[in-house]
Amino acid sequence: MKFNIKKIAPQLLTLLFVILVFGFFSYNAQLNMENRGIDFGYGFLSQESSFDVQFSLIEYDGSHSYFRAYLVGLLNTILVSVIGIILATIIGVIVGIARLSSNYLIKNTAAFYVEFFRNIPLLLQIFFWYFAALRALPLPQDTESIMGVFYLTIKGLFVPAFIWENFNIFIYSIIAAVISIVVIKIYAKRKQENEGKQTPVFLISIGLLFVLPLLSFLIGGVSLSFEIPVLKKLSKTSYIYEGGVGIPPELIALTLALSLYTATFIAECVRAGIQGVGKGQKEAAASIGLNPNQILKLVVMPQALRIIIPPTTNQYLNLTKNSSLAAAIAYPDLVLIFAGTALMQTGKAIEIVSITMLTYLSLSLSISVLMNWYNKKIAIKEK
Amino acid sequence: MFKIVKQLTSLVAVFAVLFAFTTETMAAKKSKTLKNTQKKGFVRCGVSQGLPGFSNADAAGNWTGVDVDVCRAVAAAVLGDASKVKFTPLSAKERFTALTSGEIDVLSRNTTWTLSRDADIGLTFVGVNFYDGQGFMVRKNSGINSVNDFKDGISACTNIGTTTELNMRDFFNSKGISYEPVAFEKADEVVAAYDAGRCDTYTTDKSGLAAQRTKMSNPDDHMVLPETISKEPLGPVVRQGDAVWEDIVRWSLNTMIEAEEYGITSANADMMKTSDNPAIKRLVGAEGELGAAFGLDNEWSLRIIKQVGNYGESYERNIAAPGILPDRGPNQLWTKGGILYVPPAR
Repeated sequence: MKFNIKKIAPQLLTLLFVILVFGFFSYNAQLNMENRGIDFGYGFLSQESSFDVQFSLIEYDGSHSYFRAYLVGLLNTILVSVIGIILATIIGVIVGIARLSSNYLIKNTAAFYVEFFRNIPLLLQIFFWYFAALRALPLPQDTESIMGVFYLTIKGLFVPAFIWENFNIFIYSIIAAVISIVVIKIYAKRKQENEGKQTPVFLISIGLLFVLPLLSFLIGGVSLSFEIPVLKKLSKTSYIYEGGVGIPPELIALTLALSLYTATFIAECVRAGIQGVGKGQKEAAASIGLNPNQILKLVVMPQALRIIIPPTTNQYLNLTKNSSLAAAIAYPDLVLIFAGTALMQTGKAIEIVSITMLTYLSLSLSISVLMNWYNKKIAIKEK
Repeated sequence: MFKIVKQLTSLVAVFAVLFAFTTETMAAKKSKTLKNTQKKGFVRCGVSQGLPGFSNADAAGNWTGVDVDVCRAVAAAVLGDASKVKFTPLSAKERFTALTSGEIDVLSRNTTWTLSRDADIGLTFVGVNFYDGQGFMVRKNSGINSVNDFKDGISACTNIGTTTELNMRDFFNSKGISYEPVAFEKADEVVAAYDAGRCDTYTTDKSGLAAQRTKMSNPDDHMVLPETISKEPLGPVVRQGDAVWEDIVRWSLNTMIEAEEYGITSANADMMKTSDNPAIKRLVGAEGELGAAFGLDNEWSLRIIKQVGNYGESYERNIAAPGILPDRGPNQLWTKGGILYVPPAR
């Protein structure tokens, strides 16, 4: 390799410059912290946090450590992101396809939804769903039940709790069903390639997913009972539901706002993807005798997905990052618990903000890696 | 090659600027903060995002409140004009970072003085301008008349990043009551959520409860329970490491309280120059050289009293007159049954 100073020198200088800038800032921060008597260190993570959190997926109270509080926040962020991504994808795909409908009403309703929700700032939408919807919901004692077991109140949605016996056997039956579906799929593919015969994989899969867990109930000793929420009096005018599971209104409002907002962008990705498949492809597919369902499934969607996936990945990343707006409406996510309360109580601003930034970076990168893997899987394979 | 030379020169220029900046920040000067403030021509003061009586902005952007008056007193002392203050509204979460990072020079934002805050995070509390304690607000028709009426499952709205969150846990734990904490970043959202019925009780400092009650859709429907569950001495804070600036802020506050003790008001301050009492004459700058220790002139304290008024005037104007807390309680002079007691200015 020829050593070309003209090519390498600017790059080296840039690198040197970046290192020096970072060095300067960290040196300056160190110096200023020393001058002001602030210690630097991550030792606080093992200290007792001494604050409680409204809603947690793992066991937690103020006697646990700050690290545990961090985990609570992280899990809550992941929870709202995962639910949000699933809901946004479902709504987005439906609306995206609806926008291409030939029905005037469906087409324009979808278009109106997209234009309306994507042009209002997300924070406002979160406030709207939280405060407007909150005020519209009844107090616990005035609530009419939904199907006798669900109660939607200003203090949250109260649903029956599942009480399982031999839950592990139930899980095994699901795993067994999934494995057999994969096996059948491989077998069906081979059969089609060798003999040209098609197997109704979808119907068999549904059947397996239904029958195996059912067997676990009948002969595996699995049983399921429900604990239904009951109204409890707190004082003369205030009530709460006890028993069952309470889903806080903050989580509901945040999920609703995030998924309705992000779904508009996903809908546009889906529409663009479907429209991006050449008309000739559909005509060619029809000419070899495929029916409209097969055209969509075998010809249009595989090509459309290649256009849809990359911009949709961006939307998933956005949704995850936007979930940090939770702090505004008291949903205890990573930002509220860790970069909020924990930062305040310890004063470790640089440490906590750096951990929080790294966490969001890792979350985003994980989603990217996953989506890139999927994107590669569906990309054109030259044979 | 010419291109590289050009890049090099621009790099050198950047480093020269950076270097100049570092030597400036590294130079340990006596009260850098005072010097910078006088150079800028205004005091940079952190206040709340809106707490009536303490720091609240009207529609025209004019700030009023007892916390605001501390900032104005500092401005009157070091700049000669109480209006030369730049207010930065801060959430409970942002306040200390804004101060330690040098974005503001005084934090006067109903902040509780605690050991860990004073010792841990590069802050110094200079005094107490309001003695407070945490309480609970409930709806009048709830039938709850005391904290002993609280039951398991009660939901409590509050702010994050405050001592309130910690006190609340200590309190409910000691009573053995399970509770649902609903913590918001901004006070306005706490009020809105409690007002909508999301929570059974709203907990924060009692002064805060009294002030926020005025923002409810129907203030008369709510009441503050009699119990106080914590000590909350609120006061101004400065960055650690500038002893002179710390003294200026401390004695600006002390001057206001001592002026009330000696009956000096904004109206009679000039006449007090001819008083027979040397303590009064010192406070209005007619005797002694008290300002010299801070690098200020001798009329610094007179300006505070003339432009801002004494502590009693500030309390009356901001807290008593709007009906927030007409009874001064512990925030009365020690000579009148309260606990306001400041060291003598001499």
